[in-house]
Amino acid sequence: MLRVIVRRLLQLVVTLIALSALIFIWLRNLPGGPVDALLGERATPETRALLTKALGYDQPIHVQYGKFMQRILTGDFGNSIRTGDPVIEVIGRAFPATVELALAAMIVAVGLGIPLGYLAARWRGRALDHLTVVGTLLGISIPIFFLGYLLKDVFTQNIHWFPPSGRVGIGLDNTNITGFFVLDSLLTREFDATADALWHLILPAVTLATIPLAVIVRMTRASVLDVLNEDYVRTAEAKGLRHRTIRGRHILRNALLPVVTTIGLQTGALLSGAVLTEKVYNWGGLGTLITDSITGSRDYPVLQALILLAALVFVVVNLLVDLSYAFIDPRVRVR
Amino acid sequence: MQGRRLRTAVAIAAVTALAVGAAGCAESERDGDSGEAKTGGTFIFAGAGDPKNFDPIFNDDGESFRPIRQMFDTLVTHKPGTAELTGGLAESWEHDESGKVWTFKLRQGVKFHDGTPFNAAAVCYNFDRWYNMKGAAAQANMIYYMDTFGGFAKNEAEGAGESVYNKCEAKDDGTAVLTLNKYKGAFPGAFALTSLSIASPEALKKYDADTVTQNGDSFAYSAFANEHPVGTGPFTFGGWDKAKGEITLNRNPDYWGDKAKVDKLIIKIIKDENTRKQELRAGTVHGIDFPAPADRKALADEGFQVIDRPAFNILYLGINQKNPKLKDLRVRQAIAYALNRQQLVQTKGPGGAKVADELMPDTVLGYAPDVQKYEYNPEKAKQLLKEAGAENLTLNFYYPPDVTRPYMPNPQEIFTILANDLQAVGIKVNGVPRPWNGGFKDDVQTFGKHDLHILGWTGDYNDPGNFVGTFFGRAKAEFGDQAMTDMFDAITKADGTVDEAGKKAAWEQVNRDLASKWLPAVPVWHAPPAIVVTKDVDGLVASPLTDERFNTVSVKQ
Repeated sequence: MLRVIVRRLLQLVVTLIALSALIFIWLRNLPGGPVDALLGERATPETRALLTKALGYDQPIHVQYGKFMQRILTGDFGNSIRTGDPVIEVIGRAFPATVELALAAMIVAVGLGIPLGYLAARWRGRALDHLTVVGTLLGISIPIFFLGYLLKDVFTQNIHWFPPSGRVGIGLDNTNITGFFVLDSLLTREFDATADALWHLILPAVTLATIPLAVIVRMTRASVLDVLNEDYVRTAEAKGLRHRTIRGRHILRNALLPVVTTIGLQTGALLSGAVLTEKVYNWGGLGTLITDSITGSRDYPVLQALILLAALVFVVVNLLVDLSYAFIDPRVRVR
Repeated sequence: MQGRRLRTAVAIAAVTALAVGAAGCAESERDGDSGEAKTGGTFIFAGAGDPKNFDPIFNDDGESFRPIRQMFDTLVTHKPGTAELTGGLAESWEHDESGKVWTFKLRQGVKFHDGTPFNAAAVCYNFDRWYNMKGAAAQANMIYYMDTFGGFAKNEAEGAGESVYNKCEAKDDGTAVLTLNKYKGAFPGAFALTSLSIASPEALKKYDADTVTQNGDSFAYSAFANEHPVGTGPFTFGGWDKAKGEITLNRNPDYWGDKAKVDKLIIKIIKDENTRKQELRAGTVHGIDFPAPADRKALADEGFQVIDRPAFNILYLGINQKNPKLKDLRVRQAIAYALNRQQLVQTKGPGGAKVADELMPDTVLGYAPDVQKYEYNPEKAKQLLKEAGAENLTLNFYYPPDVTRPYMPNPQEIFTILANDLQAVGIKVNGVPRPWNGGFKDDVQTFGKHDLHILGWTGDYNDPGNFVGTFFGRAKAEFGDQAMTDMFDAITKADGTVDEAGKKAAWEQVNRDLASKWLPAVPVWHAPPAIVVTKDVDGLVASPLTDERFNTVSVKQ
């Protein structure tokens, strides 16, 4: 097991170095750039040249990359071009927002997905099953930004159940400890803020949960159907075991293995979904940061760090999923 | 088993209902308030982007200026709702005959937010600070200073000239005397630039304001710029919660002018235009800026106040004379005659837009009513093209489809209509859409790859040099790099004319020649950008310079 972990970590380092070079070169070959983004129509050619020089963009790209890697290795990701804040601080601010949203979405997706998938499989061919199949097809096919705008339009503009955007009400004086607003408000017993944060969280979480929910439902349904036909389930039933034991120990436990893999993959995919969801709901997380850094100020330092971070999260989550196999399926441990 | 499931479902529903209900109650309480506009309360305005920081001198964009304008004052300012100059921190000002020595009589009894006195020494400290700023990182971020004064004590930029600034002397507490190396037409208007706001010398020193450090390919600004901006304005800095995207400013009870009517001003940063509109409709913000032209009517019908700013901008069709065919004045005139600008204004212009005959608004000194006008005349356009031997002309027309600017709310539609007009007189148009920051500014302003392009300008202050001087006062890739020296010379001369009558005449002649002799661009329209507030808001005075101060605003409680 240790060898597997070490091998995967080495793969991770190589992946990150290759990715950093790719991002670096790609960003610097895009038309436009931070100098243009920072300077409005008013800059003189001298100022433009000075800014280019001051930012080091007049140097050959390999020199720029060398300096970049030097700084990265010392843990210095630079400062945001737009605000001048250290990149780590900028990302550190946005990170809890995205994690909070992703966690809420995953709670919705897993909390509803596994029971729904299980029930659909158990009642295969019945109305609930048909409804689930159609619903999940819709969930997978509907573009997330469209769903976001649709939900927002219906629930914030027409029936006013939820706020249109943001993580808490404007001007709310809540204590920020960890950056996870729901958690912070619980820790500080500011329950008004908890309610407010949850109220803001519901629509974005539902929007972001749609695709993983649909995928988890389908995967659970298919997996449970497979397991239901297994000999050991028939044997367990023949032995007269309680249904509860058969469902929990024999069916669900075996059926969950591919579902857990799916959850791992979907957690990584949530990051891409978060870009669109956060944009729609002005969420202020990593997704918003990515789009702003690309389309707004061409914030190279932030963008580079973000893409590396996203790759890191993706690889680590999948490593954890692989490790969780060993936990769920003892055969993996033996092998 | 069934019972347990049911209990779980009920528990989930209860938590959700609690969250919705509690927040809903909070909302109801907010909604339940009604009544007269009075002092107190909070005014919430939706900003479209993060400010860079709050040190005026290092900023040059509207999103940074919006909070800065509430916290800082300038020596000279604009009468609310106009581009007309009036006293700010200086009650009066005058210059000597040479136009080089400016004497400011300062307002007495004014204090900075940190309690230190505003006086002539503070004014001179600010001017000296700007002039003596060191380091490429700092100088590269002083766009307006550079544009106005042209240089530093020690220039970091190659090719930068000698500074117009010479010295500043505090004759007494109430009199600051500024000496320039030469007269510049930008003054006194440029003294009203937000970038040239006066900050507390004590705070500048205490919070190390001049330190702009370069870290790799980015800059870090001082504690003054980020956490302790100290000016004399109607609001004091309350904080910038970057996690929430909220800037909070508090009423300055000691403000020298009209004290703010609200206790608190929040600028909530909402980058998505649609979301800004939805928050306005939800009543969670009181105001938004620059609504899309298509939304204006709907918002007005819904009871929002859609306030048009007096137009102080210009949209133009730029012509790049690097293309030899476009060097021929007859071809440029043909382009001007081919455009049905009246129809464009009527179909695609924001409410209140009007056709532009000159490259600056008619409220600016030097506007000449008798310039050559180009009424829509496709036949004449065809004839001029024939005379110039340019009947089979093909032109690359660059436009930025992804942005809205106050003067250009719908670039794609504007391009389509202008291109159709040109095609109608036999000019083949290749439309080249380029993202604003993904090639448009580079290709047009740095490399001059285009033949035609649409672009514009919102005035910073009321001076012809800020419009035509900015565009045509020097060689630019945007209009062709060849030396149009007679145009540059005429503009330099007009800008350097000290006496008011002579200055007016010189700029009028520049405008006449721009229309008839040089025609480097065809003026298209002046478009009033709007600001929208809820019906609960009173007292907002829209500024042609987008220089709104929120101290006059009250919100019905």
